[in-house]
Amino acid sequence: MAQLLNYVDTALFALAPYVAMFTFFLVSIQRYRAQTFSFSSLSSQLLENKRHFWALVPFHYGILVVLAGHLVAFLIPRSILLWNSHPLRLYVLEISALAFGILSLVGLIAAVARRLSNSKVRKVTSPVDAVLYFLLLVQLASGVAIAILYPWGTSWFATSMTPYLWSLVKFSPDVTLMAAAPHLVKLHVFNAFVVIGLFPFTRLVHILVVPNPYLWRKPQVVRWYGLGARG
Amino acid sequence: MNVRAQIGTMFHLDKCIGCHTCSLACKNIWTDRRGTEYMWWNNVETKPGTGYPCQWEDQEKFRGGWEKHNGSIRLKSTGKARIVTNIFHNPHMPSMDDYYEPWTYDYQHLFNAPEGPDQPTARPISMVTGEHIDVESGPNWDDDLGGSPVYAEHDPNLAGLSEEQRRQLFSVEQLVFFYLPRICNHCLNPACVASCPSGALYKRGEDGIVLVDQKRCRAWRSCIAACPYKKVFFNWHTGKSEKCILCYPRLETGQAPACFHSCVGRIRYLGVLLYDAERIADAANLPTEQLIDAQREMILDPHDSHVIENALKNGISDAVIEAAQDSPVYKFVKVWKIALPPHIEFRTLPMLFYVPPMAPVMAQRRDGALDSVSDNLFHDIEQARVPLKFLANLLGAGQEGKVLYALRKQKAVRWYRRALTVGDVDLETARRMLRDADCTEHEAQAIYELTSLCTVEQRFVIPPMLREQAIESLKDPHEQKQNAGFGFLSGPRRGL
Repeated sequence: MAQLLNYVDTALFALAPYVAMFTFFLVSIQRYRAQTFSFSSLSSQLLENKRHFWALVPFHYGILVVLAGHLVAFLIPRSILLWNSHPLRLYVLEISALAFGILSLVGLIAAVARRLSNSKVRKVTSPVDAVLYFLLLVQLASGVAIAILYPWGTSWFATSMTPYLWSLVKFSPDVTLMAAAPHLVKLHVFNAFVVIGLFPFTRLVHILVVPNPYLWRKPQVVRWYGLGARG
Repeated sequence: MNVRAQIGTMFHLDKCIGCHTCSLACKNIWTDRRGTEYMWWNNVETKPGTGYPCQWEDQEKFRGGWEKHNGSIRLKSTGKARIVTNIFHNPHMPSMDDYYEPWTYDYQHLFNAPEGPDQPTARPISMVTGEHIDVESGPNWDDDLGGSPVYAEHDPNLAGLSEEQRRQLFSVEQLVFFYLPRICNHCLNPACVASCPSGALYKRGEDGIVLVDQKRCRAWRSCIAACPYKKVFFNWHTGKSEKCILCYPRLETGQAPACFHSCVGRIRYLGVLLYDAERIADAANLPTEQLIDAQREMILDPHDSHVIENALKNGISDAVIEAAQDSPVYKFVKVWKIALPPHIEFRTLPMLFYVPPMAPVMAQRRDGALDSVSDNLFHDIEQARVPLKFLANLLGAGQEGKVLYALRKQKAVRWYRRALTVGDVDLETARRMLRDADCTEHEAQAIYELTSLCTVEQRFVIPPMLREQAIESLKDPHEQKQNAGFGFLSGPRRGL
């Protein structure tokens, strides 16, 4: 039995992340090459404009901060631990992380409710959207639950998750770090790999085309035959 | 001087009969696809009226166009840094309710209905959801409702009209309206282009047509809010913005755009305008009352040897310069100064111009009966039933002087022609009126001919756009063989 669990852990946390990343890069690039037209945020704001605000704004702000938090803990775990060495600073970080997690979860629930209840928006909801919404709900709900049930995650992420993630980056996955984790954490991590793997098949691809050059470009765009854009 | 060519357009409102043929020609060619049912790239509005989308001219509501800010101009909606905080939800974007929910009728029910005591009916069904809907408004719901307290009274152009003027405009015997056909203005300083976070919108260098690159549009929706004329639309099915393309595939093959070609009243004119692109930024930043003159200044004289020299230097071909010299739009806008840009105070420098409408003739009340012939045959402009202030708000950036000039000249031309052909008015008086209106007899004759006797070739002076030559020099034409149109490798399908 232990052996079997070992296999499962290996499959979920040593194999799945590579499958996910492989699919992510391969399909994203291929989709951008062959189906550039399909890269769109597929906004439904035109069809429903009021609840859109109360769903999409909290969700995006929440998820951006939470993702940024994950990234920071992945990149500079020691600084996080140093910051958390003072209890007050630990509380501040924990509470803000939880607050933004809840913000994004509430936003997502509002978005799902909006999709289900508005007939026009339901019309532009594809089966893939349904799968994506389910996965994101699982991801955000498990994340918020972890923050509540297993406190001081900002610290233990830095001590046990960051080494695991780095072991993946270094192509020598260390499953023992994950094997000891609670089931909820396992669910959260594995579901993240599922989301990454399905990423290029969903509307999430709009993240890949966020408009960063806009802030620096000239306001007017003129294109000439064969010359492309010019001032 | 940086000379560029623009396909300029002009609508002669005095000739528009509000038949909507233009709208239907456009709809049948471009917007009968899924996701575009609610779009009218060309629409005709009744003025006074609220238009489509409802109250589009109210920029306090929709925040379209540009505004003065610290000595320069910025987008009123969400330009530059403000896009970062507003990209998830555009605060000024109209929803489908501001346009209308497109519908068709459940015709099948007429055949499939079970037998009963009543005639079966074809109920309206939404073209978005397919469900039955109660139709409450449509794109042209206030057609001809000049005095309507529901629509006309909420026309944003009524701002600044006195109580007396409003009362007259809405009293039963004075009811008045005219039509305002609208397409994309293909502006010189387009707010939609400036607002696009992805840089998907662009102005074509050679002819000034403003287009959305369908492959680069990511549905950030900024253009829809930024266009003060609300002429960029969101295709809810493909998740891409779409707009009037001035029928460039037709123009490139020497045909007028469909709305122009189908116009029953022959109100539409199209021709090349040469302009100085260097002056765009400065002109758009001037005080409101100087905008109309500044835009006219930017439009260059295609007969001027200095302009021609600079145009050739910029790669504008002889044929295009010749077309510019022949352009009817140039004459109406720059030479005769009787065509005016709509709402130039939005600062996008629109390149579609309107000749303000003369009609209707002032009616007088005599012995309880309406008499449409006043003493001086054609009424005094200042006493027109459409208050000058209203037209000025629409076409003169609020200045009555510009509109008055255009109307006076038109009136003088009418008098002059009346004196020549009917002879019931004095030719000397007509000549005096022409002088007062800053118009020579020669010019009056030219205005008359291009207004009333114009042929297709005179109304549409389409330059050879040489697009195929330009493309063939860069690409093998056979490369696109058997493609699904637009150069896509596959059809433009909605993303997952």
